Amino acid sequence: MKDGIAARDPRVDTSPVVSDEVKFTTCYMCACRCGIKVHLKDNKVRYIEGNPDHPVNRGVLCAKGSAGIMQQNSPAKLKKPLLRVGERGEGKFKEIEWDEALELATGWLQEVRGDDPARLAFFTGRDQSQSFTGWWAKQFGTRNFAAHGGFCSVNMAAAGLYSIGGSFWEFGEPDWDLTKYFLMFGVAEDHDSNPIKMGLGKLKTRGDAKFVSVNPVRSGYSSIADEWLGITPGTDGLFVMAIIHELLRAEKIDWEYLKRYTNASWLVVQAEGEAEHGLFARNATGTPLVATPDGKLLPLSDRKADPVLVGSYTLPSGQTAVPAFQLMAERYLSEEYNPDAVAARVGIEAKTIRRIAAEIAEAAFEQEITLDIPWTDWAGRPQQKMIGRPVSMHAMRGISAHSNGFHTCRAIHLLQMLIGSIDVPGGFRHKPPYPKPCPPGPLPAGQETAANTPLDGMPLGFPKGPEDLLVDEAGNPKRIDKAYSWEYPLSAHGLMHSVIHNAWAGEPQEIDVLFMYMANMGWNSSMNVPDTIRYLTDKKPDGSYKIPKFIYSDAYHSETVAFADLVLPDTTYLERWDCISLLDRPISSAHGAADAIRQPILAPGRDVRPFQDVMLDLGVRLSLPGFVTEDGSALYPGGYSDYIVHHERTPDIGPLGGWRGEDGSGQGRGAANEAQLDAYIANGCFWEKKFTPEQSYYKFANKSYLEEAVHMGWLAMPGPVVMEIYSETMQKFRLAAEGHGRRQPPDHLRGRVADFFDPLPLWYAPFADADIDKGPGYPLHAVTQRPMHMYHSWGSQNAWLRQITARNPIFLHADMAREKDIADGDWVWINSPHGRVKAQAKLMRGVNRNTIWTWNAIGKRKGAWNLKEGAPEATKGFLLNHIISELLPPREDGYRYSNSDPVTGQAAWYDLRVNIEKCAAAEFGETEPMYDAQGPADLDAPPDILRYGADLKGEESSLAPVAMKDWIGNRAENAAGATGIAPGHGNQTTERHKKEKE
Amino acid sequence: MTSLPKEPPKKKLGLVIDLDICVGCHACAVNCKEWNSGGHSAPMTDTDPYGADPTGVWFNRIHSFEVENEETGGRTVNFPKSCLHCDDAPCVTVCPTGASYKREEDGIVLVNADHCIGCKLCSWACPYGAREYDEDAGVMKKCTLCVDKIYNPNLPEESRVPACVSTCPVGARSFGDLGDPDSDVSRLVASRGGYDLMPEQECRPTNKYLPPRPKKQGGEGQTAPELMPVSDSSAGVIARWVDRFLSA
Repeated sequence: MKDGIAARDPRVDTSPVVSDEVKFTTCYMCACRCGIKVHLKDNKVRYIEGNPDHPVNRGVLCAKGSAGIMQQNSPAKLKKPLLRVGERGEGKFKEIEWDEALELATGWLQEVRGDDPARLAFFTGRDQSQSFTGWWAKQFGTRNFAAHGGFCSVNMAAAGLYSIGGSFWEFGEPDWDLTKYFLMFGVAEDHDSNPIKMGLGKLKTRGDAKFVSVNPVRSGYSSIADEWLGITPGTDGLFVMAIIHELLRAEKIDWEYLKRYTNASWLVVQAEGEAEHGLFARNATGTPLVATPDGKLLPLSDRKADPVLVGSYTLPSGQTAVPAFQLMAERYLSEEYNPDAVAARVGIEAKTIRRIAAEIAEAAFEQEITLDIPWTDWAGRPQQKMIGRPVSMHAMRGISAHSNGFHTCRAIHLLQMLIGSIDVPGGFRHKPPYPKPCPPGPLPAGQETAANTPLDGMPLGFPKGPEDLLVDEAGNPKRIDKAYSWEYPLSAHGLMHSVIHNAWAGEPQEIDVLFMYMANMGWNSSMNVPDTIRYLTDKKPDGSYKIPKFIYSDAYHSETVAFADLVLPDTTYLERWDCISLLDRPISSAHGAADAIRQPILAPGRDVRPFQDVMLDLGVRLSLPGFVTEDGSALYPGGYSDYIVHHERTPDIGPLGGWRGEDGSGQGRGAANEAQLDAYIANGCFWEKKFTPEQSYYKFANKSYLEEAVHMGWLAMPGPVVMEIYSETMQKFRLAAEGHGRRQPPDHLRGRVADFFDPLPLWYAPFADADIDKGPGYPLHAVTQRPMHMYHSWGSQNAWLRQITARNPIFLHADMAREKDIADGDWVWINSPHGRVKAQAKLMRGVNRNTIWTWNAIGKRKGAWNLKEGAPEATKGFLLNHIISELLPPREDGYRYSNSDPVTGQAAWYDLRVNIEKCAAAEFGETEPMYDAQGPADLDAPPDILRYGADLKGEESSLAPVAMKDWIGNRAENAAGATGIAPGHGNQTTERHKKEKE
Repeated sequence: MTSLPKEPPKKKLGLVIDLDICVGCHACAVNCKEWNSGGHSAPMTDTDPYGADPTGVWFNRIHSFEVENEETGGRTVNFPKSCLHCDDAPCVTVCPTGASYKREEDGIVLVNADHCIGCKLCSWACPYGAREYDEDAGVMKKCTLCVDKIYNPNLPEESRVPACVSTCPVGARSFGDLGDPDSDVSRLVASRGGYDLMPEQECRPTNKYLPPRPKKQGGEGQTAPELMPVSDSSAGVIARWVDRFLSA
């Protein structure tokens, strides 16, 4: 085309002014808490990008975070407090002033508090301020508090904390730089979003590590795994135990690590039927005993003790005892766990299981890492090197959302302990404030509640034995969600998914006020949506609601809003203060401690208030201790930011660790500093204190680290955290079930407690497997995954993200579909013993043959989220929640347990068993069940066309363009691969970085 | 009809996309959309954003699909696609008004909205389907390679790259001068066997894709030594440990 129009565009401006100002804050589009830089123009968001200095995301930002503009711009934002005027669920409200709303709430709450504070159930959903809201509940005096952990991943938290003093999810991370073998269980597109993606990118680019994904579905992270194992849902525990079987048989275990850092050597009393059976043998002062090679029994504290891990010993009492290791080995050496015995059930060939075991052993022991970093152990013994076993693991919801999830997660930790890979170079690493003592503290508070009286501790905690349960003399639950009862003894995060049912049923107690925040319990956060709606709207014979009063706080018009009596509208994450605290869920990494804040960078422009400010206000109105001064005025008159700076949980330790002390020099400890928030803002809204190399690994036994942890308030004592291959805590519950001790379960629960409180990891079929042969048969597994671009983005009303996914099909294996004459796009019924839901089929091959799955939480109720009529979320999007019962089938006596893990109360979402059948042609087109449209809550009609940014285009700056620079993704790793690429990060080469520093 | 530069530009700015590590998360697509919403081609209009058929202008889209392979058992591929800033860009030569053009200084293909009549010939001509028609504005829009970002002194250095690149969580995206064989980005392409998308179309795209690397499946040549049981029976294993560790 030599003779065409010679074109140019003289107006291309390569140097426009981008924004009026740039403000730093912390993202809240999911639970990851990445640092963001928000470019503002004319008080609107022009652009959000990752903060390159931030320890969580190092400048990257995912699809959700990048769509924050549309969350801020959402037409579903609530505008003013709402008081219900119609029937519950109708969505008829009148707007009221804040003063009226808060007076109303205060009246309801005051009455409850003056009678029995436990008649308030306060559950705070995806709350990132649980150290604050939990403290509010404590000061109010109700034990009925929790956030959303019970239906999310308490199995991961509890199993980890009761095994290694730390856990997966955000509390630890693989040693991405050094690991040689990374095994990921049940993690789809979600937790822990950006850090995992960054880590996988590095690991794969390095090219010297293998990444194995164990997941029924080959999507997301699994799509880049070197090996994908499409396991049968709920069988991961068996798979892991078969690997342990292989490693034990071949002696591929780290004896020294087990002896030094775990309770493998501790002697366990073997006296079947006696009260001490299965407990550790101890000397008179309570110190556990170990055996030495010459058969002597010494207290663990004896420096001469070089314990053995096997053998049988006679205690001074005459009882026999064996090391915990031996009990463990005997169990998993059993033929029950031979790969041949488990392969069919697990859906992975025996030879593959054996090969994976061999690969783990090879990576752990033949590719041992030695770092020349001297360190000193907790007892003061100098160590010359840090030995690493470069095998790391991560697990998440695919493990936790089963009724056997606690034990399965414990099995994964056991595997890591056996090969000595926890918190060592190349292994799984703790993030501060973890590791915590094992078993963890403190205990759950709320044995007693009294009118107008705070609890004597925080409502959530960690029982160490039957005496710590919250049960009455008859052994019945005290909490509304039955947490810390014999039914779910280690329910460390409560059971938010049980609250609405139990409050409706008045079991174990009636409540007066249900107060919820930021969890869509009227829709996708509840199992059994149809009945949940009924529980929320059901009335007593006198015409009053069975759940008398329901206060709900949300920033958006979610499905749950329509059921509330009083709606307290929250701000968006860009409109408020927050702190992401070391008292709660900080942003630490394995490299150091870190916390962060959010700062309000936009004015709401509507009559809404930050939830935490509202809770402080209510605290003052209720005169809660800790919220008011002696004269009854507000202790934190400046609201939540005032609290963040001035509140002290213990002397000199408050919500934020950075810039403490009057001069701001304190790290982790120090008096309140008036300029603390300014210091955070100047530093990009986060604080980080990096560990020295000496403190970086073996934190559970590392003197330098442990002393630092005590200084920072993470640990009370600089003693070692001894990891537990054998859980005496579990055995204490079992003994109680077997008739020992002062506090025993009621007879009808003895069997259940005895069965599931095994001191060693156990595998049992998920409870819903009992449904397989019922009625027409339910041979298939059904699970959900989070789309990476929507995981935890609090609703798909986001104008950009819903263009990527506004409907969800049911995915199924093409071969299975063919057998059932189901083609791509056909509509199918998904039937469970609980109900049926209609969905459109999508065929694929990268899925376990007997598993069907869909994206979680895409389906919306008509009228909710201010979506228009015909939105595909309501017509073609669906929830599996409709067909998951929140209760297990009745026992013989009619009693129904929660559909949850019997140890922790974790909601067993992924236990679901189903069958599918093709719909009749006349049934094609729309999902069912279909609910009536919810009211619009007085929101403005959403726009038909969105021209966001048309007025944000930058003016010319008259600055000359600068030279562009190459950006290499994973520059450091690519540079190491003999590519000739300059080392560094992104467009920052090491050479340039050095020059700039000079 | 519009001319390409008389001499192909020496400087060829473009993207390198690593299919070995792309997880299909859509971060690049959404961050692109937000930058460009107030950028050179603003706005990135969305029609029916809260209704039955939400559609809008996106310069970058991700396609995830399965590829079957009997031997390796198949794989899931995540494939991001945007304008490839071709040397022989048919979208330019087909343009009847001179609106579509390729910059001489860096090879970026742009659309001059003032001259675009919305005839869509370019979107028909582009074999990659990388053009985005803004119905509301009546003009064609497309990836600008963030021409208003990469040279912009109003931004800090680490932000002066296309939005899709700096935001990518897995680090699957690189950016640079593919016309310079010594540039880091060219070295990356050379070392990883980067390839042209659909070379048979003879558009000579600037962007390159890095193919997935062979996976470590535990097949031949990468097998860890088989684990050998130290005894035939479980009891034997434990008995062996007792012998080994106890001196008595």
